[in-house]
Amino acid sequence: MLKLDGCVIENGKFSLRADFAVEAGASIAIIGPSGAGKSTLLEAIAGFRDLKQGKIFWDGYLISKLAPGKRPLAMLFQDGNLFPHLTVEQNISLGLRSNGRLSIDERSEVQFALDRVALSGLGDRKPAELSGGQQSRVALARVLVQRRQMLLLDEPFAALGPALKAEMLDLVAGLLTETGTTLLMVSHDPQDARRIACQTILVADEKAHPPAPTRYLFDNPPPSLRDYLG
Amino acid sequence: MAGRAQPVSPWPGVGAAALVAALILGTLAAVALRADTAGGFGPADWAALRFTLVQAVLSALFSAGLAIPVARALARRRFRGRSALIALLGAPFILPVIVAILGLLQVFGRAGWISDILGLFGLPPLRIYGLHGVVLAHVFFNLPLATRLILQAWQEIPAERFRLAAQLGCDGFTMFRLIELPMLRRILPGVLAVIFAICLTSFAVALTLGGGPRATTLELAIYQSFTYDFDLGRAALLSGLQLALTAVAALAALKFSRGDGFGAGLDRTIRRWDGGAPAVDACWIGVAAAFLLLPLAAVVISGLTGLFEMPALVFRSAVISVLVAATSTIVLLILALPMAMAVATGRHGIVELSGILGLAASPLVIGTGLFILIRPVANPVTLALPVTALVNAVMALPFALRILVPAAHDVVVRHGRLALSLDMDKRTFFTRVLLPRMHPQIRFAAGLSAALSMGDLGVIALFADPQIATLPLQIYRLMGAYQMQAAAGAALLLLLLSMGAFWLLDRGGRLHAET
Amino acid sequence: MKHLMIAAGLLSATAAVAADKPQLTVYTYDSFVSDWGPGPKVEEAFEAVCDCDLNLVGVEDGAALLSRLRLEGENTDADVVLGLDTGLISAAKETGLFAPNSVSADYTLPIEWPDDVFAPYDWGYFAFVHNADGAAPANFRELAEGESKIIIQDPRSSTPGLGLLLWVKAAYGDEAPEIWAGLADNIVTVTKGWSEAYGLFLEGEADMVLSYTTSPAYHLIAEEDASKAAAAFDEGHYMQVEVAAKLASSDQPELADQFLEFMVSDTFQQIIPTTNWMYPAVTPAAGLPEGFDTLITPEKSLLFTPDEAAAVRDQALAEWLGALSQ
Repeated sequence: MLKLDGCVIENGKFSLRADFAVEAGASIAIIGPSGAGKSTLLEAIAGFRDLKQGKIFWDGYLISKLAPGKRPLAMLFQDGNLFPHLTVEQNISLGLRSNGRLSIDERSEVQFALDRVALSGLGDRKPAELSGGQQSRVALARVLVQRRQMLLLDEPFAALGPALKAEMLDLVAGLLTETGTTLLMVSHDPQDARRIACQTILVADEKAHPPAPTRYLFDNPPPSLRDYLG
Repeated sequence: MAGRAQPVSPWPGVGAAALVAALILGTLAAVALRADTAGGFGPADWAALRFTLVQAVLSALFSAGLAIPVARALARRRFRGRSALIALLGAPFILPVIVAILGLLQVFGRAGWISDILGLFGLPPLRIYGLHGVVLAHVFFNLPLATRLILQAWQEIPAERFRLAAQLGCDGFTMFRLIELPMLRRILPGVLAVIFAICLTSFAVALTLGGGPRATTLELAIYQSFTYDFDLGRAALLSGLQLALTAVAALAALKFSRGDGFGAGLDRTIRRWDGGAPAVDACWIGVAAAFLLLPLAAVVISGLTGLFEMPALVFRSAVISVLVAATSTIVLLILALPMAMAVATGRHGIVELSGILGLAASPLVIGTGLFILIRPVANPVTLALPVTALVNAVMALPFALRILVPAAHDVVVRHGRLALSLDMDKRTFFTRVLLPRMHPQIRFAAGLSAALSMGDLGVIALFADPQIATLPLQIYRLMGAYQMQAAAGAALLLLLLSMGAFWLLDRGGRLHAET
Repeated sequence: MKHLMIAAGLLSATAAVAADKPQLTVYTYDSFVSDWGPGPKVEEAFEAVCDCDLNLVGVEDGAALLSRLRLEGENTDADVVLGLDTGLISAAKETGLFAPNSVSADYTLPIEWPDDVFAPYDWGYFAFVHNADGAAPANFRELAEGESKIIIQDPRSSTPGLGLLLWVKAAYGDEAPEIWAGLADNIVTVTKGWSEAYGLFLEGEADMVLSYTTSPAYHLIAEEDASKAAAAFDEGHYMQVEVAAKLASSDQPELADQFLEFMVSDTFQQIIPTTNWMYPAVTPAAGLPEGFDTLITPEKSLLFTPDEAAAVRDQALAEWLGALSQ
């Protein structure tokens, strides 16, 4: 279980309060007006942003003092999820060992991940030689081999077309079911939230609200969400 | 992501910077402490300070100002031989001073090519000697550096930005204002500060082209203090003044050049959509090439006959010079890479400052200081080559940092978060991400440093042993023995070696060169 | 790899001298030790007679040489210093670092040499060198009034430059500033050292360059080129006498004396004319090399005594700066 205990996160002009818990294995969408602090919330959980106040726990362990790489989570950013000078295979390998030197077993694990995201045979390519969708798949394959208990998505598929994005989300949903990973996903599209997230956190008015059932939230939106949905 | 973990550690860089500062300030202190009298500051020194400042400011402004259109033209034109031209344009920067002066005057002098042409039309010869001559010579030396630095920044603008601007239908000027001006605002203060500092220590060039004692610089006053007056206190004082001026310029540059990078772009080949007038670009490239290459051609032409008259000894000196250059390049990278990383991680301006001080450190003071420091423990003469390599590395450090720092900064900004989220340790980040991503800049810095070290007389003259002479020293010796032809040949050999070293190391560094 | 070994060999060359032979260290200026200077021949000839190892150390020029000695003080490794000139003797004596010697020779200098600390080994006259086909002025006044363009060296950084300063002062005394003011428009530029000036002259940047009366001998003898000449000035030519002395702190005083004796011997003196391109202090028995007879012989030799030179130096520099900085 992920627990944010009385957290205050500052980001320049505004500060964001967060005090909620997320069940292990849940899929949560984070939704809210632009600039309300959705990414800020994820960055704080991932460790890229210091907490002004409060603590973050995972399964009872305090994780808010840990370096980003030591936290039990993987994160995909809006861009820059791959090293452009490394091949697909090398990029995925970094998820297993940060120095990239793999044993035979680990190699086959990379191959398996490649197969799983339907990129078999493209392991030698550089990211620039791949399409946007394929680049996202590589990043997902790396997340897969990272075997972290949480996955944070900061709109990594925003640049993809609707069909492609839907396909990616289905892929993510499939992977989550296989591994029992908890998902926190920033989105500005209610469709995305409905698609894979059973619960949604609304970030608005300098506050991250506790998760509520997605369907219920969209059917009975509070004022701030109603303004956002239009 | 302020204040959190970084994928690189600043401490090795801070250590390297401390070492460099200790070398520069330690040698200065050694000279000052050895002085019998406290140095005084006479009216002649004020005049020297005034002239030094005026020529350095003008030289910096003209070099950087002219480099902008040249770099812009080079950035957006693709033509056969472009990369060769860019490499060749760098040559003046690495010429030994005496060779460059002779080459320049063969073109611009009273009996130079241009005056000859003017003579055909019954016009008087060019009047090159004076403040404008000093500035012309300094632009000759520094325009290539300014162009290379600005060109590099230009090529680091992600292609996506130009695509966006093109898509918005921006005309040339709008594109300049939107994309290029912010880049220039970021890079120019550093470029200006570097050239200002280089010109601050000018001596032989300023005096010769300046046409007389009106063109007395601080460095000449330092030399005078050492040899004519043996007033070490005054030498230390003047050198300290040079360092202080450079520090002020560097701090100002750091303050004004703060700004964000250009964000991430995928490694796409640059294509631009702002046509501009090809004729204007061609004109800029042509004029710059003529200005920089004609004196080089003069050096080559005078060297051709001498090349076959050179005593075998010159080749031995060439081998020594290559070894010194290689050592100095390795030392440079060991110092510069950690320092660049330290600067990239945040507010380690002090690291950059110590790096830039090498520019303003008087070779005479460093050499004499080292001599004073080494002598109690070892015979300085036997250490001539290692000391020369070390000092050359420190002198090349500011250039290397200007090349490496922006790249290191970009790598940390672009890939730092991903590396942290992957729990990549600092060593792996260095070997797997930083080195490969900075490969072109590292090669450029190494090439520049090798070439500079090859061409620089450095401190070898203070330590020299008859058996061990670098090529620049051998050129001075040949000239001192009336052997101007052989000296010209040796100068050509030096030019070829310097360019060769630069070419070899930088070959992989021609960023995004479309062929 | 082979090159690396050569270089390693070079690096260790100085360290690998035979330890059993006594070593004599002579500090001199760089062009003396260069392969085209007298150094290599002198070393070979002296080592053939001394059963010692002669270690020549080159320092930029005469003025830098003296600075080096002052820097090292009594701890200097030098046993002998060779290459100071009359302009530096006074300052050198003030340091108290030098010891008298007993060298005696029949000097063929145009002047008396009474000094018992500094022994001369060669000398020359400063002169303006020009292309032989052109007319040359007969004195400074004519030069100042004429159109000839000259290149000179800066007295603050160059020995000939300082020589010229003293030349004008010795010839004109209180009128020196006036002469300099007249010369200002003839001076194309002022260089840091002799090499830059001479190089620019050979490239045609000026009609004349400050050098030595012996310079044409180089072109004549080494290049078989008779196109250069030195202009004879009727107010006389200032002399440069190059000297050597023994250091008081030397741990090889006998060997140092032996070297100074050798220095005024025929063997050494014969080497000087065609390597240092100066007149030997003692004309060798075989006479001067062919070609030296074509050189001009000034009617009058000008030279301040070391003390006079030290006394007028700073004032002369101030006058020079004043006249040329207008």
